[in-house]
Amino acid sequence: MAALMGNIESSLLNIGYLETLSYQQTPLHRLDPRVKLLTTLVFIIAVVSFGKYEITGLIPFIIYPVALIAVGNLPPGYLFKKILLAAPFAFFIGIFNPFLDRALMVQLGPVGISGGWVSFASIMIRFTLTVSAALILIAGTGFNAVCLALDKMGTPRSFVIQLLFLYRYIFVLTDEALRLVRARALRSFQGRGMGFKVFSYMIGQLLLRTLDRAHRIHLAMLSRGFDGKIRLLRPLQIHGRDAAFFLGWSALFVLMRWYNIPHLLGNAVAGLIR
Amino acid sequence: MSHHLVEVKDLRYTYPDGTCVLRGVSFRITHGEAVAIIGANGAGKSTLLLQLNGCLLPQAGAVRIGDFPLNKKTLPYVRRTVGMVFQDPDDQLFMPLVYDDVAFGPLNLGLPLEEVEARVVSALATVGALHLKDRPPYRLSGGEKRAVAIASVLSMSPSILVMDEPTSYLDPKTRRHLIELLQTFKHTLIIATHDLDMVLDLCSRTIILKDGQVIADGPTLEILQNQELLDSGSLEKPFRLQGCPLCGTKSDASE
Amino acid sequence: MHMADALISPAVGGAMWAATAGLTAYSAKKLRIDLDEHKVPLMGVLGAFIFAAQMINFTIPATGSSGHLGGGMILAILLGPYAGFLVMASVLTVQALFFADGGLLALGCNIFNLGFFPCFIAYPLIYKKIAGESPTPGRILLGAMVAAILGLQLGALGVVLETWFSGLSELSFINFLLLMQPIHLAIGIVEGVVTAAVVSFVWKTHPEILARAPSAPGAKAHSHKPLLIGLALFAVVAGGMLSWFASTHPDGLEWAVKGATGKEELEATKEGVHGVMGWMQEKLSFLPDYDFNKPNEEKAGKKEESWPDISAGKSLAGILGAALTLLLAGVIGFALRRYYSHSKG
Repeated sequence: MAALMGNIESSLLNIGYLETLSYQQTPLHRLDPRVKLLTTLVFIIAVVSFGKYEITGLIPFIIYPVALIAVGNLPPGYLFKKILLAAPFAFFIGIFNPFLDRALMVQLGPVGISGGWVSFASIMIRFTLTVSAALILIAGTGFNAVCLALDKMGTPRSFVIQLLFLYRYIFVLTDEALRLVRARALRSFQGRGMGFKVFSYMIGQLLLRTLDRAHRIHLAMLSRGFDGKIRLLRPLQIHGRDAAFFLGWSALFVLMRWYNIPHLLGNAVAGLIR
Repeated sequence: MSHHLVEVKDLRYTYPDGTCVLRGVSFRITHGEAVAIIGANGAGKSTLLLQLNGCLLPQAGAVRIGDFPLNKKTLPYVRRTVGMVFQDPDDQLFMPLVYDDVAFGPLNLGLPLEEVEARVVSALATVGALHLKDRPPYRLSGGEKRAVAIASVLSMSPSILVMDEPTSYLDPKTRRHLIELLQTFKHTLIIATHDLDMVLDLCSRTIILKDGQVIADGPTLEILQNQELLDSGSLEKPFRLQGCPLCGTKSDASE
Repeated sequence: MHMADALISPAVGGAMWAATAGLTAYSAKKLRIDLDEHKVPLMGVLGAFIFAAQMINFTIPATGSSGHLGGGMILAILLGPYAGFLVMASVLTVQALFFADGGLLALGCNIFNLGFFPCFIAYPLIYKKIAGESPTPGRILLGAMVAAILGLQLGALGVVLETWFSGLSELSFINFLLLMQPIHLAIGIVEGVVTAAVVSFVWKTHPEILARAPSAPGAKAHSHKPLLIGLALFAVVAGGMLSWFASTHPDGLEWAVKGATGKEELEATKEGVHGVMGWMQEKLSFLPDYDFNKPNEEKAGKKEESWPDISAGKSLAGILGAALTLLLAGVIGFALRRYYSHSKG
């Protein structure tokens, strides 16, 4: 039970914390949100385009999250924890690989590693890279700015409005849900009161309150002249540094995708040693 | 002068589920007056307020705002003239940032962008919330939300301000600030509230609603000292008039 | 279950995004036509409601585990297919951004799997047909159950297909399918019951909301043809695919079972599943000649092609280089952090 309330509260706190991080004034935060969104997408596509047994070629991509975390003053420990929490699905599908693909692939001295383990490792590395990129996008930009970027880049206006409203009211509604859950917890003992009937009453209550609130918001909107069209008033400007950010990183991603940096580096160093 | 007039004549309203809430309400409020509407829960205060800016339309009787009778066609005019501040600021602040919420009204009025910007800044400055301009609403305290909600209505430059329970959920200091702020307003103020001490400070006139009808309409000081009248409306005297618990002086009718 | 970026290829991700973007634009356009401005706040708060409701759980009797709400069906029923789809998409977007549920590239897949199937297939073809204009509690329950189950089965099938086409997981199509479908059947039942309960509640207290939801695209009032055609199509596709893939991935199931659990007692299940496969194959009779127990060499032979030839020397250089790269990245990051926190003043 405590775990569940922790679930709601921690979700709220999570969103709130990421939102707080996005208010910082670092060079990362000052970049145009469209540019950050696009760069993140290029990053993800580059990472995801590798073959399934690739490991070393993926490693240099870590520079992107690392650099952004440093410049954006983001907490690495917190982000790492979030990545771990999100890992289960990829993990549980990926873990089949070592069992299904047992053909020997790599020989490290006396130790033989099967292809399955290699592809599994590749999956987990991909996971870490892509998820950190997404989290850094939010922590370094803020949800409202991302929505604005989407709007300016052609996303249907009604969808953007939907995202903004949804975000706005998540806190209000999870608050109400939390109050319901607490009220239930205080009056249930030894698992009684946790059954389906009570649950459906709670959901029903929450829904009714939601509908009432929607009605009141509608009235408030009408009172201020709402005519069905939402007007957003925030100009965005691309500066030199925004373009440089996007072009620079994208070029680097392409480079790292084309050339296996660790191999080159390793060969160079190994050559030096000999 | 007449464009600030609020006139209600024999207003009646029944909700779709059958509850008859207003049974013939009549009054006349002139420019610059500050009027409190008080009464027990269920007396019809909120419903009456919703009639004043057209959120609900009268089923019988008439509402007149300034030069215009209230009907579907005059709604845009009415909504420009009457600014309504709702009880729950969360219902009123629905945009991503405070700035957006305060700009919502002016943008809908079709004003040019510079004018909108000017109005937003002026409205926020009036309520003392200019520093909150770029914050999202869910990060505001109760008092700040209340202030921003008022600003979001002020930016439309209404001549009449209607407010539903403005001091609820506010801590004493914030409440005091709000009352002081409202005292500086030149608008016509119509406030539905349980906070009778605020009424003493702010409103020169008071209307008592009971079961959908007006049972009293007159100077605040007179009405709020009339124990019988208050009793019949299921109300009490303002705390200030109830005698001092420390020095033991008792007011006339309390035991 | 959500697709993850880690399991997806750019081609699949891109294709699904194209499909989702198209659907989003289409839904947005449709909405503008019959939008009554009441919908704007309603959609927003209902999205938040789904979000919040997903955090309330209940114990499922006799299993001790807990269940909770998905939401696609409820949204479709309360808002109609277009608005329902947009709201579901928005909820999934927030989850992807804040909780790393899935990923940004896989978001297209997830919106499709969890939004398209409930709103544009299960709702019009199943729920509307069963529940009709003035539903009774019984019809609501039946409609919600079947629709939820179908929606989730299709969604799960979507995940399997997307994973399979991306080629990053070793799970064969049929293994993954057999893993996902039963789980989602159970989830679907729970979802159906919850949806039915909520919809009945709304029907009793606010029936006008249900009456207002626009009807589904292209669904004729009393024709059962779309439903039958849809189901038949599904059966054809599923049956054909199942049969074909079963024939090219023999013994995969035994491998999965032994490897994943190391237990022998699942031998019995294996028999049962084989039996079911055989029965299904007979019934569908598309590829009547498949044999589930093809010899091992074929699988080994297939594997041969995808083994890149990596020599030991190359591996060592690679590992050395990888270590150096990581070190370099760490140093750069550290330096950047120092530089920027100094210059912040």
